[in-house]
Amino acid sequence: MNSDFDRQHSESIEPAASTSAAIESNSRVQDRRKFLFRLSIAINAAIGLLVATPVVRFLLGPLRPKGSYDHWIPLGKIADYQPGTTILATYRNPITNPWDGETGNVACYVRRQTDGNFTVFAVNCAHLGCPVRWFPQSQLFLCPCHGGAYYADGSRAAGPPERGLFTYASRIDGEMLMIQAGQLPTLANQARLRTPGDCPGRSSASKSDFHLVKEIAPCVKAPNGGTNEPTIG
Amino acid sequence: MRQSSKRWYERTYDWIESRVQLADFVRDSAAHPVPAKTASWWYVFGSASFVLLILQIITGVLLATIYVPSAGQAWDSLQVLNHQLPLGWFLRAMHGWGSNFMVAVVLVHMAQVFLFGAYKFPRELTWLLGVGLLLMTLGMAFSGQILRFDQDAYWGLGIGASITSRVPFVGGEMVHLMLGGPIIAGATLSRFFALHVFVLPATMLAFAGLHVWLVLKLGINEWPTPGRLVRRETYIKEYHELTHRNGVPFVPQAVWKDAMFAAAIIFAVAFCAAVFGPFGPTGTPDPTITQTVPRPDYFFLWIYSALAFLPPSVETPLIFIAPVIGIGALIALPFISGVGEKSWYRRPVGVLTLIVIAVGLATLTHLGTYAPWSPHMNAWTMDEIPARYIRNGTPLERQGALIFKVKQCHNCHALGGLGGQRGPALDSVATRLTEDQIIRQVIQGGGNMPAYGAALSPPEVTALVAFLDTLHPPNQRPATDASRSIAETDKPAPNEPVESTRP
Repeated sequence: MNSDFDRQHSESIEPAASTSAAIESNSRVQDRRKFLFRLSIAINAAIGLLVATPVVRFLLGPLRPKGSYDHWIPLGKIADYQPGTTILATYRNPITNPWDGETGNVACYVRRQTDGNFTVFAVNCAHLGCPVRWFPQSQLFLCPCHGGAYYADGSRAAGPPERGLFTYASRIDGEMLMIQAGQLPTLANQARLRTPGDCPGRSSASKSDFHLVKEIAPCVKAPNGGTNEPTIG
Repeated sequence: MRQSSKRWYERTYDWIESRVQLADFVRDSAAHPVPAKTASWWYVFGSASFVLLILQIITGVLLATIYVPSAGQAWDSLQVLNHQLPLGWFLRAMHGWGSNFMVAVVLVHMAQVFLFGAYKFPRELTWLLGVGLLLMTLGMAFSGQILRFDQDAYWGLGIGASITSRVPFVGGEMVHLMLGGPIIAGATLSRFFALHVFVLPATMLAFAGLHVWLVLKLGINEWPTPGRLVRRETYIKEYHELTHRNGVPFVPQAVWKDAMFAAAIIFAVAFCAAVFGPFGPTGTPDPTITQTVPRPDYFFLWIYSALAFLPPSVETPLIFIAPVIGIGALIALPFISGVGEKSWYRRPVGVLTLIVIAVGLATLTHLGTYAPWSPHMNAWTMDEIPARYIRNGTPLERQGALIFKVKQCHNCHALGGLGGQRGPALDSVATRLTEDQIIRQVIQGGGNMPAYGAALSPPEVTALVAFLDTLHPPNQRPATDASRSIAETDKPAPNEPVESTRP
């Protein structure tokens, strides 16, 4: 048993400590051992810190400077999108691993107004990220999770969302529709300061819109609460 | 030699025992006296939780021999388990039902410990380890649901990321850390796999080991007697007397009930697995499929429900403050009420709290099973309008019924018990709203209904309102605007001069 072992160990030391000189040398030995014990702990702490640093850096790997995940992605030819329609478009995320499979694909809603302007909405509900579904008949985006509803221009219609649908920055490059995307749209990267009245159906091409801020500015409701441009009836 | 008289297995046992020297410990632990009244069926849930943990580990290891933690192939490997490998489906079902049972039994165990005052002195640390085990059990349930990597798992991660993104200042960074990259993809699955298979089970085993060790060292909680108060100065002595004067050895007097219940639980898991089969996977985790209705697993439905009811203005603070308060209360409990009365007869506040929490969780979970706040996305094409609502209708009213379907009104409003429950059922809407009010409601929306003014042409509104105005019980007249009828009856005849212009 361990206690036997300890007893044998201590018994073997005690007889040696009979003379005062031996006691003194023994206490010196013990002091030295205490010091070495503390030193071993300190060395291990230092080595541990040294080894932990790259581990922490590795674990923080997904962190990148703001916006560096975003890229301009072609979303097909402009001619593919009929004016006055909203359709589901898909693209491959610019940053993927070979084993991502279908999860590397991303869907978005492209709305082309009759005046030719494009708005590209994320499918992720602004409430908790569930995929909203577009109903062209009633001109609504409906969320299946908690019942968020959005008008055709992406503004909030009903339900728990605090704001309208997330949008991607878009521009037209020759014949191609380009959007700036690359990360899951959430309140953290999509909440941005907006000037009142600039909310529904605003053009997303202007650069000044893309100062990312940590604050949700509620969108002032347009005088007409519904879609400003019906595409049916 | 004397040893040669022993059989080979006895010699092997002696050889090992002389080295590990565990026999005394095991014998003492088995024979340790427990208070006579604790040899009760109320005391079986802790051991059942541990048995289920072991069952989960065994079935989990077996599943891991096939499962591929790759975003592109996890779903396919589950299909192979379900359909191609002999009894692969049964193992998946055992693991899935095992997790359901484990969450349930852990919660019952916790409720029992709370009711019996077992968290009081000197068992505070046992309770704290239990709180950790509860949280890790829920963590295992959530990460396990993600490993199923179907549409529910994918969008469950989306909800998790959306909640995380609301953390002030560092929300965006935390989302990337949680997902392992910019989007929900392979890296996300891999890190939840590591959590589910290595980190959490190892920590849980360590916690559970220490938890059981404390039960052995401090003794099982005695049956609460009203009036017998826990005092720090005297409790240990009193408990010692209780166990050594009137106690019974744990084995076999008490343990047989644990063993019986463990067998019953394992059988129940196997029975459910065999009869109801495995959970999912639902559709492939393809985010371009928006025709999906994500739902969390059973044990998280209450959170899903709560998130539907939080007012937007306080949602973000509540999401982060409520768990801190909840977990904080669990941690603080043994320090706030560490001594005193143990019996539920003398702890009305505690009993009431437990009942309120249990009823609250059960209600939210029940609501989550049918989610009345969600539109029924397919009601407009799948659910019928009862024929009696259309029979004898004018062409205009029938056209209105068609508009009701085509414009997805049915997704939120039920008719004849079919359709969404987001908005009020419209079976008797005409008795509640006048024609003018219906028109206003349809065009302008309000009260959590979108405005349809831009999505409906004037003839469509006319037809829809004509249909809705027929929706009233046969013995009840539709609501009318009294002032309007007076105005109509008081209309001057064509030749008659208007009253105000009379001399």
